[in-house]
Amino acid sequence: MDLSFSDEDLAFQKEVKDFMSQSLPADVHDRSDRGLHPKKEEIVRWQKILHEKGWIAPNWPVEHGGAGWSLTQKYIFNQEYFLAGAPQVTPFGISMVGPVLYTFGTQDQKDKYLSRILSSDDWWCQGYSEPGAGSDLASLSTRAVRDGDHYVVNGQKIWTSFAHYADMMFCLVRTDPDVKAQMGISFLLIDMKTPGVTVKPIIGLDLDHTLNEVFFDDVRVPVENRVGEENKGWTYAKFLLGNERNVIARVARSKYQLARLKDIARQESMNGAPLIEDADFKRKITKVEIDLMALENTELRYLSQEIAGHKLTAEPSILKIEGAQIAQAIKGLTVEALGMYAVAYEPDALTERRNDGPIGPDYAHGIMADNLYQRAATIYGGSNEIQRNIIAKLILGL
Amino acid sequence: MDFELSEEQTMLKDSLDRFVRENYEPAKRRALVDSNLGYSKENWALFAEMGWLGLPFSEDSGGFGGSPVETSVLMESFGAGLVLEPYLSTVLLCGKLIEAAGSETQRSEILPAVIGGEMLLALALSEPRSRFNLANVETVAASSTDGFVITGRKTVVSHAASADKLIVSCRTSGAAQDQSGISLFLVDQNVSGLSRKDYRTLDGQRASDLELAGVTVGEDALLGELGGGHAVLEAVIDQATCAICAEAVGAMQAVNEITMEYVKTRQQFGAPIGSNQVIKHRIADMHIAAEQSKSMADMAAMRVDGPPEERRLVTSAAKSKVGEAARFVGEQGIQLHGGIGMTDEYVIGHYYKRLMSIDTVFGNVDFHLRRYSEMT
Ligand SMILES: Cc1cc2nc3c(=O)[nH]c(=O)nc-3n(C[C@H](O)[C@H](O)[C@H](O)COP(=O)(O)OP(=O)(O)OC[C@H]3O[C@@H](n4cnc5c(N)ncnc54)[C@H](O)[C@@H]3O)c2cc1C
Repeated sequence: MDLSFSDEDLAFQKEVKDFMSQSLPADVHDRSDRGLHPKKEEIVRWQKILHEKGWIAPNWPVEHGGAGWSLTQKYIFNQEYFLAGAPQVTPFGISMVGPVLYTFGTQDQKDKYLSRILSSDDWWCQGYSEPGAGSDLASLSTRAVRDGDHYVVNGQKIWTSFAHYADMMFCLVRTDPDVKAQMGISFLLIDMKTPGVTVKPIIGLDLDHTLNEVFFDDVRVPVENRVGEENKGWTYAKFLLGNERNVIARVARSKYQLARLKDIARQESMNGAPLIEDADFKRKITKVEIDLMALENTELRYLSQEIAGHKLTAEPSILKIEGAQIAQAIKGLTVEALGMYAVAYEPDALTERRNDGPIGPDYAHGIMADNLYQRAATIYGGSNEIQRNIIAKLILGL
Repeated sequence: MDFELSEEQTMLKDSLDRFVRENYEPAKRRALVDSNLGYSKENWALFAEMGWLGLPFSEDSGGFGGSPVETSVLMESFGAGLVLEPYLSTVLLCGKLIEAAGSETQRSEILPAVIGGEMLLALALSEPRSRFNLANVETVAASSTDGFVITGRKTVVSHAASADKLIVSCRTSGAAQDQSGISLFLVDQNVSGLSRKDYRTLDGQRASDLELAGVTVGEDALLGELGGGHAVLEAVIDQATCAICAEAVGAMQAVNEITMEYVKTRQQFGAPIGSNQVIKHRIADMHIAAEQSKSMADMAAMRVDGPPEERRLVTSAAKSKVGEAARFVGEQGIQLHGGIGMTDEYVIGHYYKRLMSIDTVFGNVDFHLRRYSEMT
């Protein structure tokens, strides 16, 4: 056991640090720092900078545009990236559908989509969940019926994040209703401009618009837009979810937000002294800091197991549960640090329209929005309850 | 020993619940939240007609002589419906302050108008650095030839925009955080030197930040004794704190009912999600949290008008317990709904927001744990 990095790794770490401090645009940093959703233009601009540097998709194989880094280097990059306060790269293209395409896609699909994912010229969205199919995703009922060289798609998706920004959707559809649920699903790539696709906004608790319903009314999708085999979509969907869990511990992001919490607690006061000096509050910060340290070391330990060639099973579920709870706890404490100003919540769009500046201290803006949105961290990508079921089954054999 | 409601209290509860059922279905509430005012004037007039605005005032003041128990009955029903009218600020805070500390003239000028629904009031208490401590007052009222000049900033003043008059806590002597030297002043809404920044709060209610830049008031604006405002403020805030504990209980019970109904009907994996043991246990825990809170809120309502020492203890005990339960129940209400719980359209999130606000207002869990532990 050895926790230190090699000299090469340290040099790499410095390179990433320098790049981040020089290249991350101030406006992109500001929204990310506050925990606000990035605007489309901002995140695309930033992703293009990353792309130019060749760092947009470090996990991809080199032949498809990946960085060719070791697992340790990927880990270091991820750390430095988030410690710089950068927003997460929109996952739908880079971490979700991209790997599915280069693993299972046809040459045509690879040629058509991969480079536009890397360059952020296409925005993708994830069409998995449906009103009747959430945790039980395999019960999805959006139907695709073959008609010559097209599928005709009818049905509805829901909770589709940023569908209103999207050019393309990767979508799970039912192509065979007469077999076991998992066996009759196909994985389609749907152009959002196809006639019959309707996107309706869902306003969230934070009063912001990130979620959508997507309706399909006789949408004709070319058969060549199917990834892999018909009725094998569940395999690709699960492969994708496995990739999604790679960044799920969000240790570095939480470290950044923890530092921000401390910074705010230094500026807020408690009976004339800085809040951070209050023993009760400090103890609560310390508690979450140590939880985070435990998570970081759990993540490192799993990483080292992977490097040593062990195959993980449901360990990412452990990272997901703890990571989400820690992120929620940090935001909860940050809200608490604001005192009464926690109650003075205005959504982002309203604040922007205000000509007399945001309510309360500048750092308060965004905290409640993020706190509200973070409630979803224990729901999406497999809820905490579902993750525990997975741990109980796959690790513990219960 | 009796935790049961009397016949009269039951009638009161029935009429409150009926009001909530008829006027606070989610679509109607949403329309109020989105309106300019943020609540309904018709509802307010109805409150007056029903006698609810006079409920906690003595018969001498023109009220109905209700005890904190009646107030808790009312607030519990309001909590279940997420009622938006400024009852807390006008009646339970300012009205009660005026009843407790006001001169004969102040009482007779203001209280009948409050009880009749013609006057609205708001309490300007918190400041950028006050953090729940009522003695942390930096807004200064300096005496002048014929009165006082008030200078300072007040934050998150609930329903300030619709108030006819404000009560402002000011320092007239002593150092920051001294309990003595705090005085209360009645300030008219349209007085010169007062500027307001209005906004919607997390829970859909209304609040403002106030800037008092040399606001001049007469001697007659002083409410209660010069420099003696802290004691009366603390007493009234403690009562109001117990009242919002009851409000939280009503909200938690509603969350539990809605969630229970949802997990019975929502199907995943071919069965209601509520058939999973983890969901059953979670709801059982939510129910326990609401039950424990209900006991504390009831106990506090029965004891909060006791001697100051007792009042402080029961208030802080109740608020710390309720604050913790409110967060837990609010968060799990969302969690057990999954995606739908994350939407503005569905009601569960609105309960979460109000419960979070209640946990914050008048001091959060830490504040009250500390206050309690310092007394014991
Ligand atoms: C902010 C946000 C963004 C999202 N983005 C996307 C997106 O871009 N694309 C997409 O396809 N989907 C997206 N989702 C959907 C998300 O994946 C689903 O919300 C999630 O799978 C849960 O499904 P559900 O909402 O239907 O809840 P349900 O499955 O109905 O669950 C409700 C509750 O029941 C519990 N439960 C369910 N089954 C069990 C069980 N067997 N045992 C114990 N407990 C159980 C759950 O844990 C939860 O607490 C998003 C959701 C949110 C909130």
